[in-house]
Amino acid sequence: MTIQNIIFLLVAIAGFGLFAWQVRKIRANILAGRDRDMSGNVSERLNKTLLVAFGQQKMFKRITPALLHLVVYVGFLVINIEVIEILIDGIFGTHRVLGFMGPVYAALTGTNEILGALVVLAVAAFWWRRNRSQPVRRFTGPELRAWPKLDANIILYVEVILMLALFTMNTADLKLHQLEGRDLAGAFPISSLLTGLFPSNATALEVLERVGWWAHIVGILLFLNYLPSSKHFHIIMAFPNVYYSRLVPQGQFSNVDSITHEVKAMMDPSYQVPAPATNPDGSAAAPTPFGAKDVNDLAWTNLLNAYSCTECGRCTSVCPANLTGKLLSPRKVIMDTRDRMEEKYNSPLIFQPNLYGAEAKHAEAEVIDKENHTLLRGYVTPEELWACTTCNACVEACPVNINPLESIVEMRRFLVLEESAAPNSLNVMFSNIENNGAPWAFSPSDRFNWADDLYVADKQNIATA
Amino acid sequence: MADLAARGEEPEILFWVGCAGAFDDRYKRVTRAFVRILEHVGVKYAVLGMEETCTGDPAKRAGNEFLFQMQAMQNITTFEGYGIKKIVTACPHCFNTIKNEYPALGGNYEVIHHSTFLQQLINEGRVKVEGGESYKGRRITFHDSCYLGRANNIYEAPRAVLEALDADLVEMKRSKANGLCCGAGGAQMWKEPEPGKKDINIERTEEALATLDGNAAALDNLYGVESGNAGATPAPKGNGQNSIIAVGCPFCMTMMSDGVKGKERENNVQVFDLAELVASAEGLNA
Ligand code: SF4
Ligand code: SF4
Repeated sequence: MTIQNIIFLLVAIAGFGLFAWQVRKIRANILAGRDRDMSGNVSERLNKTLLVAFGQQKMFKRITPALLHLVVYVGFLVINIEVIEILIDGIFGTHRVLGFMGPVYAALTGTNEILGALVVLAVAAFWWRRNRSQPVRRFTGPELRAWPKLDANIILYVEVILMLALFTMNTADLKLHQLEGRDLAGAFPISSLLTGLFPSNATALEVLERVGWWAHIVGILLFLNYLPSSKHFHIIMAFPNVYYSRLVPQGQFSNVDSITHEVKAMMDPSYQVPAPATNPDGSAAAPTPFGAKDVNDLAWTNLLNAYSCTECGRCTSVCPANLTGKLLSPRKVIMDTRDRMEEKYNSPLIFQPNLYGAEAKHAEAEVIDKENHTLLRGYVTPEELWACTTCNACVEACPVNINPLESIVEMRRFLVLEESAAPNSLNVMFSNIENNGAPWAFSPSDRFNWADDLYVADKQNIATA
Repeated sequence: MADLAARGEEPEILFWVGCAGAFDDRYKRVTRAFVRILEHVGVKYAVLGMEETCTGDPAKRAGNEFLFQMQAMQNITTFEGYGIKKIVTACPHCFNTIKNEYPALGGNYEVIHHSTFLQQLINEGRVKVEGGESYKGRRITFHDSCYLGRANNIYEAPRAVLEALDADLVEMKRSKANGLCCGAGGAQMWKEPEPGKKDINIERTEEALATLDGNAAALDNLYGVESGNAGATPAPKGNGQNSIIAVGCPFCMTMMSDGVKGKERENNVQVFDLAELVASAEGLNA
C-alpha cells in the first residue's frame, strides 16, 4: 500500500462517516414528529416511487426544465458508476480497474463524457434561468432569502467543477497514454477533443491526472456532506418521500381519532373511550394537543416532506392565494418547517445556514412572537394559514409528492381547537352549523322550500320528512 | 324519506341536496333542475328534507374537527336509520366528505356526483338532451372544481355531459389537474379573503372570459399562466356573446357569477350548472 492509498482510505472513511453522522441526526429530527402508520401497500408504493422519483413523472408537466433536469439526473446516476471505480482504484492502487470490461467499459466512459458535457450545458441553462435580471417567477419570493439563493447556485458551480475534474483526469490520462504509445481502455469522445490544450510533458500530465482524480473524488465527498445543509438533499430524500406519500384521494383529510372517541362518547354514553396513552414508566403521558403548533406536532411524514423539498416553487406558482398576492406560499410553509426543526433540535449540519437568523421572514412586517417561538406564529403566521383554499394545487404540482396542505390544515386545527383563534366570520359559520345545521343562518325548517314551486307530475315521489 | 320509509319503500338513490342546494336562491334552481331530470327518467329517489344537516365540510377545512365529526356522526346515524346505500349529490364538497371522510367514522356508501350520474343517464340513452333549448355552436367552458377534479379525479364526466349538448366546448389554460380554484373552498366562502392584489374569483373569471372571447392578450396578462405551455389559446372568434361558464359546484357558481357581474358581463355570459344545462336541453324547464 502506498501512502496515497492510505490517505485516500482515511479521506473516504472521514467523508462517509461524517455523512452517516449527519443523516442520523436528520433521521432523529424527522422521528420527532408524530407517529403515523405508513406500512403496507408495498407494491403500490414501489410503483409510485418508480414512476415519480425514478421516472420523474411529475417533472414532465413543464418540458424545458424537465429535459434539463433529466440530463443532470441521468448524468448523476451514470457518473456514480465511475465513483465505484475510483473507490476501488483509490483503495487498491489499481488504475481503471473496470477497464477489463472492454466494449462495456468503452460504452460507459463514452456515455459518461457525453453526459458530462451535457450537464455543463444544462447547468449553464439553469444558471441563466435563475440569475438573469428577470428570473423565472418561481425562483423569486420572500422565502428565497440569501441562503436558499446562494445554495441553488453553489450546487451549479460544484457540478461544473466536478465535470471539469472528470475531463482533466480523462484528458491527461489519454494524452499520457498517447505519448507513450499505449492504449487506454475506454472511449473518450470529449477528452480526445481536449488533448491539444494539455502539455506534452509526461510528468505534468501525470500530475494533472492525479489532480483531476483527487479533485473528482474529494469533490464528491464534499458534495455528499454538503447535501444535508442544502435543498439538494432531495436527490436522496425524494425516494423515501415519494414512497411514503399519501395513497388516498387528495380530498380526503385525516380524521382525528381522539376526537372521534370524544364525539362517540357524547352521542352514546355507554361508549368506552380507550385508556389514555401512558409513558413507558406507567405515568400518564402529557396530552397531545389537537392540530400542530410546532414541528413535533406534525406527523413524521410532514417532516420528511420538509427535508425533501427542492425549493423549486412549483407549489407556490400554482397556489391561487399566492398568485393573487396573499402572504401564503406553500413552499415557505415547507421551508419554515425544516428551518424550525433545525432550530429546535440539534442541527445536524456542518453548515447551519438554513436558519433565518436576522433575515426578514416576511415581505410585510408582522409582529412575531419571539417568546413562544414555535413553527406556528414563530415562522408561519395565521394570516398565511387562513388564506389557503385547500384546493390541492400545491400537492398536485410538487414533483416529489410533498403535501403542504396537510401541514396547513394541522396548524389551522391548532388555531381553532386549542386557541379558538379562527377569524370571526368563521366562528359565525361554526355556530350556524351547530345551531341550524347549515353554515348559513337559515332555519332547518326551510330546508325543503326549494320544492315549493316545483311543478312535477308526481309530487308524491318527493318524500318529505 | 320518512314518508317512503313509512310506506315500506326503498329509494334507488338518496339525493343529497346540501345546504347550498336547499338555501341558496341561485342554487335552488339547480336542485330543481336536477329533480326534474330525476322525475323525467323515472328514477326512484328520496330526499331527507329537514332531516338533512351540513356534512361538516366547511368546519373540517377550517380546522374545526370536533364540529365536523359531530355533523358526520349525526348524518351517518340518519343514513343508517334508513338503510341508505347510494347517494347522489350536486355538491363536490358534500360528495368528497361523504365519500372519503365518512368511511373512517363508520359510514360506507356509494357516493356519486351529479356529473357522473348525468353522464350515465346520457350514456344509457335515458336523457337525450334534445327537444328543448339547443346549445349548438354556443361556446361553453367548464370550470373544474377542486373537490371534484384534483380531490377525486373526476375530469371527464362533466366534459362528457357538455359534449352531449353539442356545444362548442373550449378549455381554459388552467384546466383539469391544473385548474385554478374559484376561491371559495376551504371555508373561504364564509370569510373575507386575506389582503392581496386581487380576489381569486376575479382572476378565474378573467381567465374564463378571455377563453370564451378568444382574447389571447388578456390571457397572457393573468398571473401564473405561462404562455407557450400546452393548452390551446382559442383563436379569436367574436366576443364571447351568449357564451356559458359551466360549473358543477354551488361555490363555484357563486364565485363565477360574482366575477361575471364584477366584470359587467352578465348580459352576454351566463353561469350554469351542468344539471341546468341538461334540463333545459331536454325541455324540462318549468
Ligand atoms: S391547497 Fe392551499 S396552499 Fe396549496 S395551492 Fe391551494 S390554496 Fe395554496
Ligand atoms: S414543496 Fe414541492 S413543489 Fe413546493 S417547492 Fe418544495 S419541492 Fe417544489
